[in-house]
Amino acid sequence: MLAMSQPISRDEVAHVARLARLRLTDDELDEFTGQLGAVLAHAADVEALDVTGIEPTAHPMPLRNVVRADVVRPSIDRAEVLAAAPAIEAGQFKVPSILGEEP
Amino acid sequence: MNTTSPTPGAAAQIADDVRRGVRSARSVVEEHLTRIDAREADIHAFNLVLRAESLAAADAIDAKVAAGDDPGPLAGVPVALKDNLCTHGVPTTCSSRILEGWRPPYDATVVDRLRRAGAIVIGKTNLDEFAMGSSTENSAFGPTRNPHDLSRVPGGSSGGSAAAVAAGFAPVALGSDTGGSIRQPASLCGVVGVKPTYGVVSRYGLIAFASSLDQIGPFSTSVHDAAVMLEIIGGHDPLDSTSIPQAAPSLVEVLGRGVEGLRIGIVAELAGEGIAPDVLARLHEAARVLEKAGATVDSATVPAVVYGLSAYYLIAPAEASSNLARYDGVRYGLRVDAPSSSEMNELSRTAGFGAEVKRRIMLGTYALSAGYYDAYYGKAQKVRTLIINDFATAYRTFDLLLSPTSPTTAFALGAKTADPLTMYLNDICTIPSNLAGQPAISVPFGVGDDGLPIGVQLLAPLLGEPTMFRAAAVLEAAMSVGS
Repeated sequence: MLAMSQPISRDEVAHVARLARLRLTDDELDEFTGQLGAVLAHAADVEALDVTGIEPTAHPMPLRNVVRADVVRPSIDRAEVLAAAPAIEAGQFKVPSILGEEP
Repeated sequence: MNTTSPTPGAAAQIADDVRRGVRSARSVVEEHLTRIDAREADIHAFNLVLRAESLAAADAIDAKVAAGDDPGPLAGVPVALKDNLCTHGVPTTCSSRILEGWRPPYDATVVDRLRRAGAIVIGKTNLDEFAMGSSTENSAFGPTRNPHDLSRVPGGSSGGSAAAVAAGFAPVALGSDTGGSIRQPASLCGVVGVKPTYGVVSRYGLIAFASSLDQIGPFSTSVHDAAVMLEIIGGHDPLDSTSIPQAAPSLVEVLGRGVEGLRIGIVAELAGEGIAPDVLARLHEAARVLEKAGATVDSATVPAVVYGLSAYYLIAPAEASSNLARYDGVRYGLRVDAPSSSEMNELSRTAGFGAEVKRRIMLGTYALSAGYYDAYYGKAQKVRTLIINDFATAYRTFDLLLSPTSPTTAFALGAKTADPLTMYLNDICTIPSNLAGQPAISVPFGVGDDGLPIGVQLLAPLLGEPTMFRAAAVLEAAMSVGS
């Protein structure tokens, strides 16, 4: 496990930006590296805590297996939804080429 | 038991007048539009004022009254909606370039319920982009200013809604609260703000920020109006799978019951270091008022809340990074054209999101990434359990807890924008309730050394709204007699 007290590096920030599909300028990379480092350094107080045997909480009010009755009901108008799209064709969302790209 | 009946709030009074036909809904809306015309250019509470639409809605209410039909419990009441609540056919932006011009194909459940109750949507209010911020300075459309002092922020992220109510642009408003985004601006603008129990209010049509924390709630000028609003917007909604399957809590009928015999604890961890002296002075005055009204007030300890800020700023960005992955330039919102989809995706997000949103997406992506998940997100979720456990221990001794809402009064525009961590520290008192899913209310309780509003916060266990509102009504009554 990597030490939490170590601020995030500029290379890591650049990597995370790629994962998040964001393009950062050199200046933004510098700025974010410092700012994210400060927040992560603050989070180091959590590192000192002993949480052995503590269950994680994903949700404050667990409601399990919420399902609705399997009956047809009206849904949002398809034409209205498509009208909000930047590009459509033949009743579908249209996007630029996705084949032959790196993942 | 003290059973004084509460003074009707401004919204309740309007609805009563309109229903009895002594005042037209049109005149109510016109009066509010006049106030908006006078001060909105300075305050910038709204992203959009629905002038023609609100007048048309008012005429429809007046026609119902004339026909002898019931126009509903909020008949003719103008309501301002935070611009992250979907309104059918009406632009909903989240104060982000990425959603500029988008018209949702449906109404949020809360909007639907307000309309059915006869309320009139008068406008969509400004917010920190995607509700990420504590000052409303992160809006892509410019900041909102505090109506009490235009050089100061209104708080955030629901700063537009808080400012709209404080300026008299609407008697009530809705906001969303993920880490304090209703309560903190309510405190800074001198109005009432409520974060209900997680699951009491449907989030269908609330544009998601951090799904395990987000909750919709009201702003108002009185505790009574907040109770009326929460009764109308609350209650089960099959369209939201996190909605608690039970009716909204009954609040108005308990407002006058007082606090005699209640045990109230001041959260020691939130009543010392980092809180301004004038804010602490008002907190202790609130404690005295509650004591005088028959409650017992003592110091309470919720040790794990000191880790709330760190846990929150791992959990909320993590969930945000996932929720905001949907803004990809494909189905709605901004698209920057490019030869390939991945490039189009990256360029659209880069152009569409502001700096704070990018920062939080990055923080969240990092906290969830391979090698860091256990250390950051996983650990923060366990801290969340510790906070819930410590609250549970405190609530074995106390019925309610009391704390400041915000560490300071409203600060100057620009004062905290350079250092995100300093900005995040505004939320230390409000975040714990979100992490625990519990309700909390900010009640205006006087002013600070600078003459600006100070709110105090009452916290309750899950579904503890009725008791919380009783105590809030007592604090409010003390202020109205000039405490």
